[in-house]
Amino acid sequence: MTAPLTHILPLTLIRRTRLLPAPGRVSARVGQKVNATDVVAETRLAGAHQIINVRRALSLSQSDQPERFLSCRAGDRLQKGDVIAEGGGLFSRLVRAPENCRVVYIFNGQVLLEMESQSHQLLAGINGVVTEIIPDQGVVVETSGALIQGVWGNNHIDQGLLLVMVKEPLEEVNRGTLDVSMRGAVVFGSHVSSADAILAAGELPLRGLILGSMSAEARLAAETSQVPIMLLEGFGQLPINSAAFKLLNTSERRDACINTTWDPVIGVRPELVIPLPAEGQMHHDIVALAPEQRVRVISAPHASQVGKVVKLSAGITQLQNGVRTPTADILLEGGSEPVSIPIANLDVLE
Amino acid sequence: MTTSIVDAESVLVLDIGSVQTRSLLFDTVDGQYRFIAAGVAPSTPGAPYFDVGEGVHQSLLKLQSITARTFLNRDSQLMLPANPDGSGVDQLMVIFSAGPELQFVTMGLLEDVSLESATHLAQTTFGRIVEEIGLNDRRRPEAQIDAILATRPDLIIFAGGTDKGATRSIGKLVELILFYLQCLPEDSRPEILYAGNSALANRIKEILTRLTRLHPAPNIRPGIDQEDLGPAADVLAQVVGKIRTRQIGGLESLGKAASVPPIPTSHGLGRMIAFLSKVYDRRKGVLGVDLGSSHTTVAAGISGELSLNTFPIGSGAGAPEILKDAPVEDVVRWLPVHIPDDVVLDYLHQKSLYPAMVPVTAETLAIEQAIARQALFTAMNRMLKIHPDLVMGFEPILVSGTTLTQYSTPGQSLLALLDGLQPMGVTTLLLDTNGLLPALGAIAPQIAELPVQVLESSAFVNLGTAICVSSDARFGTPLMNVKLDYGGNQTQLEIRQGTITSLPVRPGQTMNVHISPLRRLSIDPTHRDRSRSFKIVGGVCGAVIDARSRPLGLPKDAARRRDLLKKWALAVNA
Repeated sequence: MTAPLTHILPLTLIRRTRLLPAPGRVSARVGQKVNATDVVAETRLAGAHQIINVRRALSLSQSDQPERFLSCRAGDRLQKGDVIAEGGGLFSRLVRAPENCRVVYIFNGQVLLEMESQSHQLLAGINGVVTEIIPDQGVVVETSGALIQGVWGNNHIDQGLLLVMVKEPLEEVNRGTLDVSMRGAVVFGSHVSSADAILAAGELPLRGLILGSMSAEARLAAETSQVPIMLLEGFGQLPINSAAFKLLNTSERRDACINTTWDPVIGVRPELVIPLPAEGQMHHDIVALAPEQRVRVISAPHASQVGKVVKLSAGITQLQNGVRTPTADILLEGGSEPVSIPIANLDVLE
Repeated sequence: MTTSIVDAESVLVLDIGSVQTRSLLFDTVDGQYRFIAAGVAPSTPGAPYFDVGEGVHQSLLKLQSITARTFLNRDSQLMLPANPDGSGVDQLMVIFSAGPELQFVTMGLLEDVSLESATHLAQTTFGRIVEEIGLNDRRRPEAQIDAILATRPDLIIFAGGTDKGATRSIGKLVELILFYLQCLPEDSRPEILYAGNSALANRIKEILTRLTRLHPAPNIRPGIDQEDLGPAADVLAQVVGKIRTRQIGGLESLGKAASVPPIPTSHGLGRMIAFLSKVYDRRKGVLGVDLGSSHTTVAAGISGELSLNTFPIGSGAGAPEILKDAPVEDVVRWLPVHIPDDVVLDYLHQKSLYPAMVPVTAETLAIEQAIARQALFTAMNRMLKIHPDLVMGFEPILVSGTTLTQYSTPGQSLLALLDGLQPMGVTTLLLDTNGLLPALGAIAPQIAELPVQVLESSAFVNLGTAICVSSDARFGTPLMNVKLDYGGNQTQLEIRQGTITSLPVRPGQTMNVHISPLRRLSIDPTHRDRSRSFKIVGGVCGAVIDARSRPLGLPKDAARRRDLLKKWALAVNA
């Protein structure tokens, strides 16, 4: 049976498809080296709309056909001040475009305008090389390096130097522990219990904040923060798993790309990519739970502990609290005897 | 009601949930349809598969291993129909609740008439109402268009006008929809379900089908004081099925193999509850509750009339939604042990990240059961706000949901239902441990006798009868004397206000209960039935008298409250 999988890899080939939300122009080219915050494509998203009632604006009578007075057609692009409709007569009234806009639709003497909007820029997301162009939609970027996936993120992208501010897997990060020397860096912290620490990260500002865990009370502040924030373990007072802790500690002062885009429904997870000057191999995205695999436990009392699968138990096991569920025997790091853990509470680390 | 089978067919129902995919097998045993077994596997609509087929395949492998029957051929294809050697199945049905939450925009004329009904219709299935637009909306039309554009709906539910009623006002809304649709590329336009003035249905279809798919449905407000959601809910279920087959990988091919198009799980549940409400006491009605990971569906049927609502409240991904109606203290109040508020809050959010996570410790199990109670309480409250005429006097009450069916003992489930739903009067509490009701609802139109025969079997766990008594007497006051007459034995009990008392009745055993009130009390919430003698049947928890009054009040003092919760748990062996 397939198992949930989290990548914590010191060196792998990372391939990411980056797509615009609507068709647009791709500016990158195949073979181009890009940084995470480089714009690779852009599009114009629909701006605000306005309906011009030509009959009313020109004070036309019921018998008048407003279409006769129109100077534009659906699809026309207008500059601010361009004439939309013109009444007859010597001192005719003019209806002009209020802004640069596009005529979307004309119906019953009403003209629907779409105002020009700001462009939406698609960022590369990781430092790497563009390997494919998807016409009008986006690019595929590849790089080799370390990959660390999180379980929750606040949907921002940035890059910076990785600074490690923790010595233990569970240490409090607060306003006092964040200082000006961290400005512009992607900081690896451990646990945040208050919104104030998140606000302090935004005030510096940091380029990114990687945390083991966060109290749910701080979630709203993290969701609205402009600093990319990702959690490796989740909500609560959870230590960082040893695999991620070691890898991040050995990656200090390297360039790191943080992409905290998170959509659990479609399986998009936040991630930290640390590009390395070596060639990585493609990793698996699907694994089946099997003996010898390295796994992380996601639930108390062994939350965030890493261990090795010894065997999958046959049938159903009754836990101490009475719940009956399939389990696996896991030898936890530092443990001498395997412990029985529900299979649903295991996450394969690869 | 027993019927013999002439052309018996094996039926496989695939229930594709947001966390689990279940293969439910029904077949005949001694000439009667029975539920045979369920194969369960994690659902796979998201990464890395993006195709529900893998979850279905795994669940079928489980089913094969449990039943020692073969359903898949060498190419891993489901064998349909069954072969003479018994391998495969004759019919396939698909029900689903998986996939990204559907986004609905509801539109109607008057806010508290057709717009409200359109909103009620949307709530019969899995989704979220992201925008509501009525005729009296004070925003300019272009602002309304921008608001709809910002929400990117999957479906617009449009109602308004009694039959042969308003036309001009509906015209204004059609114009708004027309403008909105023109703002989008053809392949991005949402579908529209029109359930308004039926006299205009053809004209509206003519106008809007040039731009998108329009699904006409019977008017949900045929009269100003009359709301009729049933027929339109059927159309909505079909439309949601079509949208889902496009959104969820693998669902389309399963749908093609199925005997009927896939329907939402909530619709299947509603269909069965409407049916059961004709079979059981027509005055009391039947209640069905499905506490899912992302959504909770509540279906109330009275004499075949169905009130069906699906709320984005759940025990997993939908757990944080509970906090929109009440603070975390309202979850904590159900805990019989001290666990700090912030720990419960963290767990609630963590559970939304890992909906399949199994509680391992006594504390986490207690939190899960507290979440289940509060989710039931919140969903029921929302339901009663939408349908103020409903009275919590249903019998029976059928409930499904992992926390109640897999993580709890029968006593714990019984107490969770009494706490969360707070039923009134005399009722029977049934646990649908295999989540069969929605599946039976899907089968019913094809094989009418199958649900009847499965219901007659022991497919559901009868937790027991609960006699729920309400009184404003002070806690601990003697409330009534109860005489029990069972199997030739007679016993007398004194029941005090604020207690739960377990009655010594064995599963399946009949007991006569006669109540002699010592204080003013109410049993039947409708006050129509003033009888004080009841014939009850024991379930796996026997039967209970719940004299804790309604709404159930808990002491504010945490230590006293926890003591009381422990006493109540002890009383029902939870």
